[in-house]
Parts: sequence; C-alpha cells; structure tokens
Amino acid sequence: MKLIVGLDEITDTDGRRVGGKVVALAALHRAGIAVPATRCLTIEAYELFVEQAGLRAVISQELGRKSFADMRWEELWDVALRIRNRFIRAPVPEAIVEDLSATLRGELAQSRLAVRSSAPGEDSEGASFAGLHDSFVGVRGVGRTLDAIRGVWASLWTDRALLYRRELGIDVESSAMAVILQPLVEGSRSGIAFGAHPSDPELVAVEAVYGLNQGLVDGTIQPDRWSLDRRSARVVEHLAPPERLRMVLRGAEPTVEKLPSEQADVPPLDEANLGEVLQAVITAGELFGGPQDMEWTLADGQLVLLQSRPVTTSTSGQGDKRAWYLSLTRSVQNLLDLRDRVEHELLPAMDREATQLGSVDLGSLSSGELAKEIERRSRAHDRWVEVYSQDFIPLAHGIRLFGQFYNNVMEPEDPYEFMELLAATPLLSVHRNRELERLASRVRKDPELRRRLAAGEQGDTDFERAVEDFKQEFGDAAYASQKCFSERVQLNRLLLSMAETTAIALPRSKPDVEERSAAFLAAVEEDRRDLAERLLDLGRASYRLRDDDNIHLARLEALVLDAVSEGHRRLGGTWHEDLQPSDLDRVTQALRHPNLVVEPKQPDVGPAIEQGFQALPRQLVGQPAGPGIGTGTARVIEDVEDLFRFQAGEVLVCDAVDPNMTFVVPMACGVVERRGGMLIHGAIIAREYGLPCVTGVPDATSMVENGDSLTVDGYLGIVTVVRD
Amino acid sequence: MQILRELLETQLLGVLGTQHEGEPYTSLVGFVATPDLKQLLFATGRSTRKLANLSADSRASMLVDNRGNRASDFTEASAATAVGVVEEIGVAERAEFEELFLAKHPHLESFVHSPSCVFLRLRVSVYMVVTRFQHVIELHIEP
Repeated sequence: MKLIVGLDEITDTDGRRVGGKVVALAALHRAGIAVPATRCLTIEAYELFVEQAGLRAVISQELGRKSFADMRWEELWDVALRIRNRFIRAPVPEAIVEDLSATLRGELAQSRLAVRSSAPGEDSEGASFAGLHDSFVGVRGVGRTLDAIRGVWASLWTDRALLYRRELGIDVESSAMAVILQPLVEGSRSGIAFGAHPSDPELVAVEAVYGLNQGLVDGTIQPDRWSLDRRSARVVEHLAPPERLRMVLRGAEPTVEKLPSEQADVPPLDEANLGEVLQAVITAGELFGGPQDMEWTLADGQLVLLQSRPVTTSTSGQGDKRAWYLSLTRSVQNLLDLRDRVEHELLPAMDREATQLGSVDLGSLSSGELAKEIERRSRAHDRWVEVYSQDFIPLAHGIRLFGQFYNNVMEPEDPYEFMELLAATPLLSVHRNRELERLASRVRKDPELRRRLAAGEQGDTDFERAVEDFKQEFGDAAYASQKCFSERVQLNRLLLSMAETTAIALPRSKPDVEERSAAFLAAVEEDRRDLAERLLDLGRASYRLRDDDNIHLARLEALVLDAVSEGHRRLGGTWHEDLQPSDLDRVTQALRHPNLVVEPKQPDVGPAIEQGFQALPRQLVGQPAGPGIGTGTARVIEDVEDLFRFQAGEVLVCDAVDPNMTFVVPMACGVVERRGGMLIHGAIIAREYGLPCVTGVPDATSMVENGDSLTVDGYLGIVTVVRD
Repeated sequence: MQILRELLETQLLGVLGTQHEGEPYTSLVGFVATPDLKQLLFATGRSTRKLANLSADSRASMLVDNRGNRASDFTEASAATAVGVVEEIGVAERAEFEELFLAKHPHLESFVHSPSCVFLRLRVSVYMVVTRFQHVIELHIEP
C-alpha cells in the first residue's frame, strides 16, 4: 500500500483515494499549469490511523451524546475539542512515519510545508466548503509535520464541519481525509479569483494581498478587489481596502505586518498581473468544465495555482445561524482587535449607559413617562444583547484558540487542563460570593445576630452597613426576570442558611497557575513562544470577559425590571395577577391605558404520558464540564425563591447557571445544567470551586425533581438519579 | 416510549435472563410484545435449562436491542431491559397469543405447535431503556 503519492500518479478517478482538491491539482499539473510540487498522504493513511487508535468508536461516542438539534454552539466546540485531543494524543502508525520521513528527506527536503485537507466531496457536488477544515503553513520537520497531519485529520470533525455534516455526508464509518503536503510557496503577492462574479457571471472577480494569502482567506487582511470583463480583460471596478497589510512568515508563524510605505499605496496587482490571473481562472474553468474559485500566488514572477474548486452558491446565509456560527472562528489578530474593542470600548460604554439609565428617578415620572422609560431601558437591553451575540460571544473563541495550542504542545489527558491556566485573575461572581460568605460568617459567629435576622429584625449598625455596601455593589443582579437581593427577607434566609453550615466550597487555591504557565511556556519551542504568550494572554482576557460581560448585561436587565416593577406597583389592585414581569408590552399599555382589560395567559401543557406507564429518569447523559463526583439531594431552580431555599450539600439543577445565581454554587455539591458547554458560565464557575459539573442534560429540569438523590459524575458527564 | 415500541416491534430476538440458585443464565429467544407492551411472549422446549430455571424462580429479565456490531453502536444502538415474572400462557388465551406470535415469527409455526413446546409470557413490571450509550430512563408499568 502506497501511503504518499505524487501528482503524476493521480488520475481523475482517484477522488476516493486522495480527495477532490488533489485530483484538481493533478489535473492542473497535467495541463501544464504551475502548481506546487504536491505530495498527498492518501485516505488509506487516515483509515490506518483511526483504525489502529480505535478512534471511530471515540468519534461515534462523542457525536452520539445527544442529537445535533439539541446542541448549542458551545457544545459543538466541546465535542470537536475532545475529538481533536484524542487525535493529537493518538500515535501515528509506523508505516506512515516511515513514508513521511522518506518524503521529507526526498522530494520535500529543505521545504517549509503547507499541510492542507483534501476530503472526498469537500469541493464538489454543487457545494463548496472552503475553510471548514484546518490547514497549517510554515511546517518543518517530521515531528511538526505529523502534528499538522493529525490536526488536519481531526479537522474532519471540527465543529464547523459538523454543522455541515449533512451536506458533506459526514459519517463515522465512512468519512475520511487525505492530506496535502506542499512546499510553501512564499509569494510576494497572493489572492483568489472567482471565474464567475457573484453578481454578474460575465465578470471575473479577483482579490489580492501582499504576502501570503492566508491572511485574506481567514479574513484578517482586507484585499484589493477587482471586477474584470471576462472577454476584454477591462477593469470594470477596483476597490482598495482602507489599509493594506501583509502576512508573512516570521520564524514558523504567519504574522501580519504593515507594508513598507512605497508598497502601502500601490495595489498588489498591475494590469499585466491581472490579465495573467484572469487567463489562469478562465483556463482552469475550461479544464474543469465550469467556473472556478481559485487560490494563487505570484512567486519570483511566476503565477502558481495553489488550489482550484468549482464556484458554487455560498454555503452561508441559509436562514439558519450557521453563518453567524462560522463567524465565531477568528484569527488571533482579529481576536486581539476584538478584545481591545470589548475591554476598552464596549464594556465601558455599557457601564456608562447603565449608570445613565439608573440615574433616572422612576418615582418622579408620570405613568406615560414611565411607560416610555420602560421601553427605553428595554431597547437599551436588547441592543446590548445583540452586541453580546456579535462581539462578546465571538471573543470566547480566544479561550479555544489557546486551548488548541496548549493541547498541541502538552498533549494532556484532560482536554480542559488548559483552563487551569486561564483563571489567573478573579471573576466578578467569585468576588461577590466571597463578600457574601464574609457576611454569612458574621452571622455564623454571632448567635444574637442570627436570632435577630431569623426574627426579621435588623442586625447591628455595623452589620447593616456591610449589607448595604453589598447591596450597593451587587444588589441589582436579576435571575429569571426577578431581582435577587431586593427582598431583604430573602437575603437574610440565604445568610442564615449559609451560616448553618461550614460546608461552603471555597474557590480552589491555585498557587500553581504561574508554575503551570511557566511549564507550558517552557515546553513551547522557542520560535513560537511569543505566540504562546500572546495566546495565553488572550485566553485569560476571554475567560475573564466571559464572566464579566454576563454580569454587566444583568445590570441592564435589572434596570428594565426596576422600571417594570415601578409600573406594577402603580398599577396595583387594578392589575391582573397573572402577568409576569417580562410582559413589558402589557405593562406599558396598561400604564398608558389604565382601563385596559388583560386576558390571562394560558398555562403551558406538558406532553402527555402514555397510559399505564410512569417514566422515571435513571441516568441522564450530558457533557462533562467539571471533573469530580458528588452525591446529594436535587434542588431544581425555577425561580428566585428556589435559590433562597437552597441548602448546603444539595445538587444545583437548573436550566442555565446564570451569573446572577452563582451565589448558591459554593453551597452545592454538584451542578447539573440543561444548557451545555464548558465555556458557559456554570461550567466556569463550577471549575472555579472545584465542583463536579454536568452540562447539556436536555431533560434536567423536567425529569429531575426536588428531593431526588443525584450522583453527578463530572468526569463522564453522567447524572444518576435515585428516587424513593 | 416511542423508542421502546420501535425496539419491541422491529427486533425478532431478545436475551432472556434467568437464574438457578444464584447461578445466572442467558438465552436467545424469539419474542413478540402485546400491543400494550406489558407482556413479552416467547416459546421454549419443555426440557430446556431456561424452563427449568423459570420453574424454580419465575423472575426474569429480557434484553432487546438493535445493535449492528459496529463501532457506532455505542451511541446509535438502543436497548431495553424488561424485568418481570414469567408464567405459562393458559389454554384460554393461547390461541390469541399464538396468532400474535406467529404473525411475527411465521417460520416457528411447527415449533410452537409441537407438544414439547411451552408458550410463555414475561409480565413486565419495568423497562429500562438505554439510548446514546448511557442515557437510561425507567418506564414503570402501573399495576
């Protein structure tokens, strides 16, 4: 079995063996068009690898935890991360290592490589899936090339690819991937060309940048764009980017840098270059019998085609959220810019707006003005929710970028080990919990204070001042559209409950964070250490902001609720009891039209259970999100009241751990959550306290009942239920 | 519930678990479920070990699953374990239940009609339905 083949050995019918991209490169090569001296690690190699490492069962198990329809983006991230880690840790069969070593000594000796995917069906059959699989450039040496190959193989199962699994025909049993090994052609100018312009098939679209085209392909660098008349080669339109940058290799890493001033003002292609690119895309179109989407580079004055695939309709914008989801995957540079924007523009702006909205004295407004104020606050909240989805969530990708890098370097058994390096700075909610515990410990030590709080009386002046300070700082948290600490009686109940036990979890002490970070950085090869440091810093910022943005957003939600509560108060007896605080429209309408009659809402009716059977949960599967095993009584959280009923040692079961409800987490012995993923707040906070946590249990709140005995297995992602 | 019905309707064979003085024993049997899913009907020879076991202790279990001996079974296969008590089907019900059984297993007609064959039912008290490798729901049959 020949595991590595050259372009001369490949025919048009070899798609199942080498994938579509390689078949296309071989055809271009046969037609006399310049392409890199490509070698291909065949699909047999992938099959040998997964077979020997038993990875099919692993993939199947990861993909089968729950149906795709029930998975959130964060869960898909996790699935891909775990699969990737298994690929990275699995040994590559000796036969592949030998063939690769021979190739790197022979045809590809002295070359820095580009290692790319070539999957059967990837770029054909009416759909192109550019960018779904990973590629690596600047790779050198057997070890790093093997790492890159495993990375490309694993990228058959990236979250991005899984989103398009139906269109790609991804199947555990039969899916496979060939790998392209090419000498990296370090062109001075690179780009892409579309044989049919999206808006007019008579035109050809060309995009070009200085340096490598990776920056263009991953969206980090904006290109010059031209529309050319197919027949006359006339430039119909030229759009220059606001700033021209280039991507070049610095050491092993592709790096974005500014251009020398003499190049910055000059488009990367002149008329002759444009004509050459146009001719190449037309020739490729004739060769393959249809317009091509082509990547090219200009090196030493020669145009080299890097790859060619059919132009197809875009795979994004199909009315689903996949386009948004794909936008979450960003380059390091893009994330560094985004981090800057979130930290220095968006969060301060959000804070300013909250402060400004909070300064309005609701009591002094007329009913009409109050209705207006409710709407104003609600609009502000909605606007920030949108920012949250567009800017804050994508920043979470920084955690993952770091995680992937860390896992590549350290090959840890626990794919989430990297999280240990991220929590270097305290989270806001941990800070809040610490303040809460400080209050509780005063209650614990002082029987008289305990008695007074239990009797509904106030504590001493000093204690009351501390409570006021706490409420001032954290009092506006809201959960399930109800404010948490506005009722003093609830806060008292919580403090009394906390005071009764000493079994309060403390955030894990992490003296080893710096040691671990140092060990990680020491394990990184020198030419990538700078990148490693930048990624660690970015990961830490993303991790911290994942917590903080939620808390800032909750502050805005609390402001909306303040105004709605004021509305409720004014509507008083005339108001229909059934209304929920979230019924903003009805409140504002009623404020404007006091005589309005409101229809009660119909209660939700659950699914009917088949007659004669009673369904009981025994073992529920979710995602492992915090290692450890804990057993305790279930406390299912449905509203704020449930939070204040929480007893130390219980298992917190909820729809989603809201940052504003995490004050009960230190009392819990485990966390079970319907929403899934390890980047969600519940998982982050559970790890912070070292609590076992299982997320993504679809039936968590509907099947588990208060009083059930639960065992939370945070290693395997399983919740076992015992009901008497 | 839908998964359970599908399993019981599509699978021809189940693994019957019995015991004798604490010694466990399993055997493959052809079965059919009654439409209300509360009974699983099967037949066995009079001299079999399983019948001897059941005569001494009528408690039994039956595993029905749809695995295909592939790696993906770990997550794609479903399994249901029925637990209950086995008893012989009396003359009054035999014709009706035999018809149900033979509609699913027509090739077993001569076996079922043989004088040495005993026609049995497992009266199920609970099903444990396993999907996705480890997701377990118990379906208790109300008495």
